Amino acid sequence: MVSNMFRKRSMAAGIAVLALGLAACAGGDSGDGETAGSGGGDEGDLISVGFSQVGAESGWRAANTKSIQDALTEEAGFDLSFSDAQQKQENQIQAIRSYIAQGVDYIAFSPVVESGWDSVLEEAKAADIPVILTDRAVDSEDTSLYVTFIGSDFVEEGKRIGEWVSENLGTEPINVVELQGTTGSAPAIDRKTGFEDAIEGNDNISVIASETGNFTRAEGKTVMEGFLQAYPDIDVVYAHNDDMGLGAIEAIEAAGKVPGQDIKVVTIDGVKDGMTALAEGKISYIVECNPLLGPDLAEIIKTLEEGGTVEPRIVTKDEAFDQEGAKAVLADRQY
Amino acid sequence: MSSVMTSAGAVARHRLFWPIVALAVLLLACVLKSSTFLDITIRDGHLYGGPIDILRRSSVLLLVALGMTLVIATRGIDLSVGAVMAIAGAVALSQIAASDNPESLAVVLSAIGSAVLVCLLIGVFNGFLVAVVGIQPIIATLVIMTAGRGIAMLITGGQITTVTSAPYKTIATGYWLGLPVAALIAGFFFLAMALITRRTALGVLIESVGINPVASRLAGVRARTIIWTVYVLCAFFACVAGFIRSSDIMAADANNAGLFIELDAILAVVIGGTSLAGGKFSLVGTLVGVLVITTLTFSVTILGIPANAVSLFKALVVILVCLLQSPVVRHKLRARRRATAPAPVEVPA
Repeated sequence: MVSNMFRKRSMAAGIAVLALGLAACAGGDSGDGETAGSGGGDEGDLISVGFSQVGAESGWRAANTKSIQDALTEEAGFDLSFSDAQQKQENQIQAIRSYIAQGVDYIAFSPVVESGWDSVLEEAKAADIPVILTDRAVDSEDTSLYVTFIGSDFVEEGKRIGEWVSENLGTEPINVVELQGTTGSAPAIDRKTGFEDAIEGNDNISVIASETGNFTRAEGKTVMEGFLQAYPDIDVVYAHNDDMGLGAIEAIEAAGKVPGQDIKVVTIDGVKDGMTALAEGKISYIVECNPLLGPDLAEIIKTLEEGGTVEPRIVTKDEAFDQEGAKAVLADRQY
Repeated sequence: MSSVMTSAGAVARHRLFWPIVALAVLLLACVLKSSTFLDITIRDGHLYGGPIDILRRSSVLLLVALGMTLVIATRGIDLSVGAVMAIAGAVALSQIAASDNPESLAVVLSAIGSAVLVCLLIGVFNGFLVAVVGIQPIIATLVIMTAGRGIAMLITGGQITTVTSAPYKTIATGYWLGLPVAALIAGFFFLAMALITRRTALGVLIESVGINPVASRLAGVRARTIIWTVYVLCAFFACVAGFIRSSDIMAADANNAGLFIELDAILAVVIGGTSLAGGKFSLVGTLVGVLVITTLTFSVTILGIPANAVSLFKALVVILVCLLQSPVVRHKLRARRRATAPAPVEVPA
């Protein structure tokens, strides 16, 4: 009897899902109509934007998400559809496809990894939907697949860290371990390259180990624990983001060493937790990677909407902080 | 002579032989790479060294795999453990973060208490779907596996909730009698379950439900209650694991806490010799499985395996262990050994 009831229920649920799907299709059709400009149809003059975020893997990402959601509001003239890919490319491709099907006016996304975007971006191009990349790049050779890429220059960030390490710590022989970001992601590749370029001329610096900590605090800590066991003489930890650096600090403290003194930690990002650790002297140097891309994204879309053109590469302004600098800005840090 | 060979053969035939060999090889590789790996020293008044790190790291997986073993023994499976971990961390830490005094022990205890309550409810829900409604376990627990992270995200408001609270931090990074608290917690629950399942009838009842639920019900075993119990236990252990994971980094990361740990836990159970078809289970086997997986993860860093080859390395080791354990391969190996050397007389068990 129970199973019978369930069969009926699941059928009802199935029908409901089907109905929803049909409704969504209908919405998409009207969007595809004569004016690609007015997307959703019933919203009238709002600009519909589909945004696919990487996930919520770090404090930086949370700040980035908030900035975009706060900038693309209805009051500002936008109708934002936001989706979280949970760090999976397939989720992101799916989200972009559904935005294309809905016929949104603009698609913006931060690609989880660099490669494998050509076919879905071609679909967007075929549907005449401009694509804006935020924060991370794609490696497509055909640059006409997207209008612009707005974000920090990751190579430059790695380079600035490398230069600081080289000038301030590389005056004597030091061993560096590196905590990489998600394998294959643009920031992980570029921050590694930039750092390597900057320390190339300095024979005092040797990078003795490099593993991925997947940009998360937990994995940063696990990997650092392993490093501490395998290499008794680590002088510097270079983490590709603050969260992994914070995880490494936990591991260093658990090993009975003092972060900032026995082992120096340098990171990229500058989120609030990282800046706090910097002010406390646990982190020695942070190169900022500005997450507040929302206002810039809104401006780009407005410009395009009015028929203007934008630069194919827009670099956001990043700062760098030492302990004194962190203390000065920490009080009114929003993220 | 022949009796020595027989007992050596018996050791090699034991189902935990190859997992233990794998564990030994991994440890040996680590020692070869870093000679001080197995050294245990006293630092800041507690033990410190590779083996201690492995013990502490194992605690999360051991707790999850402990519950998973019991569930699998009843022919079930629980995919929701990772999500339960995320919820446990989210509930506990968001309460601590919202309180006026995060350092107070009372606040931490009440936060832990309410998180346990939530997780027990999830266990009851899973158990209800499987035992009462009769949905297949893999489908029933899939509900929380997918929805659970969403719930955790709602609780944390999509942010990574970070707190500073010394009592909560003790769970993962504290030491008691020189040993890591996390390992002690996991060890306590492991011993408790080992005693309860082997000294009372519970173990036999679980196995009988797993071997044949209908027959055991007809024989007077309350199959429904037993199944319900194991899902609640599984959720509880996942909850404790969630505390350790979130305390480790002092942050509730709804997206990543315990991500894919259900698969590691199932793997640990299988390496430990418990069949996914239910029935006979071995908690000691699960312990060995957990140690193999944790050491494997740990050795990746020690051996300096390049980041993009890590998954392949892990897969190769796991496939090798599973192959060597499989009855067909073992039978073939034994047949070959017999062909080359005169076979020892089989002793009836």
